[in-house]
Amino acid sequence: MIQFLVHEEADNVGVATVDIKSGEKAKGLYMDSQKKVEVKALQDIPLGHKIALTKFKKDDSVIKYGHDIGRVVAEIKIGEHVHIHNLKTRRW
Amino acid sequence: MAKSKNPKVFAYRRENGRVGIRNHVVILPLDDLSNSACEKVAYNVKGTKAIPHAYGRLQFGKDLELFFRTMIGTGANPNVAAVVVIGIEPDWTNRIVEGIAQTGKPVAGFSIERYGEFKTVEMASWKAKEYIQWASELSREPVDLKEIWVSVKCGESDTTSGLASNPTVGNALEKLVAMGATCSFGETSEITGAEMVCKSRAANAKIGEQFMATFNAYQKMIDDNKTDDLSGSQPTKGNIRGGLTTIEEKAFGNLQKIGKKISYVGVLDKAEAPTGRGLWFMDTSSAAAEAVTLWAAAGFVAHFFPTGQGNIIGNPIEPVIKLTANPLTAKTMSEHIDYDCSAILRGEMTLDQSGDNLLQMLIRTCNGRLTAQETLGHEEFVLTKLYESA
Repeated sequence: MIQFLVHEEADNVGVATVDIKSGEKAKGLYMDSQKKVEVKALQDIPLGHKIALTKFKKDDSVIKYGHDIGRVVAEIKIGEHVHIHNLKTRRW
Repeated sequence: MAKSKNPKVFAYRRENGRVGIRNHVVILPLDDLSNSACEKVAYNVKGTKAIPHAYGRLQFGKDLELFFRTMIGTGANPNVAAVVVIGIEPDWTNRIVEGIAQTGKPVAGFSIERYGEFKTVEMASWKAKEYIQWASELSREPVDLKEIWVSVKCGESDTTSGLASNPTVGNALEKLVAMGATCSFGETSEITGAEMVCKSRAANAKIGEQFMATFNAYQKMIDDNKTDDLSGSQPTKGNIRGGLTTIEEKAFGNLQKIGKKISYVGVLDKAEAPTGRGLWFMDTSSAAAEAVTLWAAAGFVAHFFPTGQGNIIGNPIEPVIKLTANPLTAKTMSEHIDYDCSAILRGEMTLDQSGDNLLQMLIRTCNGRLTAQETLGHEEFVLTKLYESA
């Protein structure tokens, strides 16, 4: 059983496929390479939400589906929840 | 199947060479006034199908052109064996009859003025009986899967759509296009946030520019008509609750339906038929029934519809194959779902296997398996209206 999926090797976030609890060692799977990965969750990550696989500084890009999905607006540690509090669109 | 490079299905070869997977005899109203007569004929003659709709009076200009293209295209679709057209007056009725007749299939028109509805229904019923008995003796023959035109569009998406059901469709499309099939995607407004990447997926720069022009025109239409700032509503509150953060993320999830590598070979106007093989972009609304109606009118004979929360759309002539990766939707709305790909979320199935499973469901649908939507009688035929009638 896995707890999150990563679309592509280039991605720096995974997507929770179950509710992940803070402190859990979450098991993930890369969908393209089928490579396994493990990340310690630092926060609760609800199903469907994103977990950071790398550290992010302000203005870094979050990559999902191999594409830039927005701009980081607050520092993010590996295993933290990535959502509207630390990631914004580049559109408006 | 997936191991075969050129799978076969059993389907109907029509007079113009196109291949259909259904054998409908359609009773097609020219206008809103003729719905009643068409439904009476379809009641009289079992096995025929009326396709009522709300328009066809006092339309003009580009809106009228789109109306005729959609009505003629619906009758001309290879899933339709023969058509009885009923209109209030003979001129526009004949325009539809003549358009459908170009395919070589049997088609006849009746108009209500000077006869009244009783007499029209009687005359049209005799013709419908002749057509359904003729059509009932047509038989399926083996054809290449690549001859099946497939359209794709998602609805009621959630994070499971971007994770698994949309990429499953993308994987199946890559395999179909590699076989030499004809496929189409659209949903112009839903591409917002990924339009530059979508532009780059065009087969050449000219086609990319055509896509951008189409995209910008649709954006302008939305901007001209909106009464509040849509930038605040995308992604929606429901999307955000589900874990989607930005409009880009939502758009790339949507774009997973065209896979990773395929380029599109052309840009189609609404209900316009492609002129060759490969993947085509069609300018459509993102409203499910409107969009699928346009693809059916362009000649597409099967539709892949990934859903997250459970959109239940169908079409009267183009079977809609529904898939979901949301285990809750698969469980609580199972009568609507043809293929449950939630095993991907558990890490128990690869996208490649899931794409093969979806192609297998397409093959079964071509061979005659009724889709969930067909068994439920979901037949949302919705015309796209460009502006008010005169």
